[in-house]
Amino acid sequence: MLRKKECVAMLLAGGQGSRLYALTNNIAKPAVAFGAKYRIIDFPLSNCINSGIDTVGVLTQYEPLELNEYIGNGQPWDLDRAYGGVHILSPYQAKKRSSWFEGTANAIYQNMSFMKRYDPDYVLILSGDHIYKMDYAAMLRAHKATGADCTIAAIEVPMKEASRFGILNCNPDGSIYEFEEKPKVPKSNLASMGIYIFTAEKLFKYLAADDENPESEKDFGKNILPAMLNAGEKMYSYRFHGYWKDVGTISSLWESNMDLLGEEPAFDVADADWKIHSRNPLAPPEYIGETADVENSMIALGCEIEGTVKHSVLASNVVVEKGAVVKDAVVMAGTVVKAGAVVEYSIIDENVVVGENAKVGESKSAGAGIAVLGRNIEIGEGAVVKGGVILDKDYKGE
Amino acid sequence: MAHSTVGVIFSNVHDENIPELSRHRTMASVPFGGRYRLIDFALSNLVNSGITTVGIVTKNNYQSLIDHLGSGKEWDLARKDGGIILLPPYSDDTDKPYTTRLEALMGITGFLTHRSEDYVVVSDCDGIAHMDVGDIVRFHEEKGADITMVYHEEDQPCESSYFITLQPDATGRIKGLKINPGDLKKGKAYNLYVNVMVMSREFLINTIQNAVTRGFSSFGRDILAKNVDTLKIYGYGFKGYYAGVNSMEDYFKHSMELLRRDVREELFGNRDIYTKVRDSAPSKYLEGAVVKNSLISDGCVIEGTVENCILFRGVKVGKGSVVKNSVIMQDNVIGTDVSLDCVITDKNVVIRDRRHLAGCESLPYFIAKGRML
Repeated sequence: MLRKKECVAMLLAGGQGSRLYALTNNIAKPAVAFGAKYRIIDFPLSNCINSGIDTVGVLTQYEPLELNEYIGNGQPWDLDRAYGGVHILSPYQAKKRSSWFEGTANAIYQNMSFMKRYDPDYVLILSGDHIYKMDYAAMLRAHKATGADCTIAAIEVPMKEASRFGILNCNPDGSIYEFEEKPKVPKSNLASMGIYIFTAEKLFKYLAADDENPESEKDFGKNILPAMLNAGEKMYSYRFHGYWKDVGTISSLWESNMDLLGEEPAFDVADADWKIHSRNPLAPPEYIGETADVENSMIALGCEIEGTVKHSVLASNVVVEKGAVVKDAVVMAGTVVKAGAVVEYSIIDENVVVGENAKVGESKSAGAGIAVLGRNIEIGEGAVVKGGVILDKDYKGE
Repeated sequence: MAHSTVGVIFSNVHDENIPELSRHRTMASVPFGGRYRLIDFALSNLVNSGITTVGIVTKNNYQSLIDHLGSGKEWDLARKDGGIILLPPYSDDTDKPYTTRLEALMGITGFLTHRSEDYVVVSDCDGIAHMDVGDIVRFHEEKGADITMVYHEEDQPCESSYFITLQPDATGRIKGLKINPGDLKKGKAYNLYVNVMVMSREFLINTIQNAVTRGFSSFGRDILAKNVDTLKIYGYGFKGYYAGVNSMEDYFKHSMELLRRDVREELFGNRDIYTKVRDSAPSKYLEGAVVKNSLISDGCVIEGTVENCILFRGVKVGKGSVVKNSVIMQDNVIGTDVSLDCVITDKNVVIRDRRHLAGCESLPYFIAKGRML
């Protein structure tokens, strides 16, 4: 067997995702449920395997238990390999030092020995907080064609939002002449997607140099990329056209879930040419009952629906009892919405019980925002949870 | 008991009961319940009882079964020791493949002698039930039985071309055993053998060797029926939900029974039924969809009306179509303004716009695999 991999992917999955509040109390952001049966990390992992990249290091740090369990041996993504496959890389104690990963670049640097085992020509850096389908193999071809040392995937964003991103200022041939991290006055609207391909030896060189620099924040966007650009390395942008969404906030997570609905969805997870792989729930088909009214929704296996479900995404084993209404909502696995309860414009995490005749959230048009219920909590009979409220404890009502 | 029992599943027996569905596949791989194959129930019963080695006896048409089972990992049966072991027919140039269960058992003597477990559970794939195999083996041990046969009380005549009824006494000992009795009447209770039996491995091996020497050919006739008085044959009465698939009518009836909450709870409620997964997206219900009293598997896209149906994976139901009282298998495409009532469609059927098809409950209209109407 060839003891070499042309390209190794390193997936940064240590983020806390603090802007998801109650949804990431006990799990890392990449493990957050999405689209009725997926988790955020299914997208980069599926992209890897669909692009022919079968060696992936997943760097975990914050609340890794559930993420580690989910990834397991990588079999659902066909990443259980005799050589390569998916590996969880946690911070570790070494002879000379022991430390948490500090910054994205340091996380990769601390796992240099993992990458070197595969003697890669290229390293693909990914993050675990976006929903998108992308052929990394095409990006790698572009990287080789331009002879770049670093290629950064980039997407056009609305100008008014450009100051939230790392902005690439490029020449007409796509080469980057300037990189601005969250500029106040952006010169262009071409945003970095946080997806990089490096020629391996350059990456190793700059990571090592950065580690020596006490001033550095050890971050790709702030340190590594500017350092390479200043030193005159060849850096190119790779234009991505398609759906790409950061699901790092409550509202973007909600929107992205809703983007799956409809006959021609903004984002199609049922794409036969680009399958999204995931662990599958062990559950019978969903049962839609005599009194059910289900429309414009996505419903996973094991659900039992007797109530009304409109414009919502329901994960496996969700129960919606008779007379209950679920509208404009994202409901994660195992949650029970009892008879007569109303859930509107909300995100409800796993294994929540919404008591009889309780009311969670307010209509979208009311403007109060998305109500969020953290996992394993119980909302009492008749209790009212107002729009925009985030709860992570049982609530019996006033 | 976990490590002292090995399972043997017959994948082809009873194929003739539902020829429409078993023409291109084994009985074991007949689709059932939206996302399962019949073997999933037998196999899950064994796995959920802690059995980690299952020999699967095949005869013909078993490509679909091999495809379904893969390495056995979905059943947690991809094991270093044991796991799923496929047992295709063994024959040299002079032999024909087996024609009876006994001959099939003769063909797997090697498998049986190389195992070390104390007991063997032999199961067919024609039944859908949640059975605790551990309980049956304990019963077998307690009774000191030679053979324990599992039965279920029925009150409808059995339509299978080969079946056995049992007459146990108060202690469970079988006093009478009939093959294909002709006197069964609707409403008259009798004990139907459900094709699950327990023996010690040693007893089974000895019985097979004895049968070879004497030139026996039928397990039911030459071993069971002839020795009711001499062997300690016990009956284990299974009290739960049991659905035997003995005809297309049965297949249809039992599929529809899954729409009952009590049946679903018994089959799926407190344990897992394992099956092959396909990484389908969750099902989508579009604007205008009307779905009532139906089981919908993953990967479906529904825009029309679906009532009292079982929809397998990846079924599309177009706008204006009305599908009622039907079993629609994997990857069917139902166009717009179609009407279906009491129909069973096999995999990959395409029904073009504005077609109307109907059967009745006792004679569901069957559409073969891959047909385009």
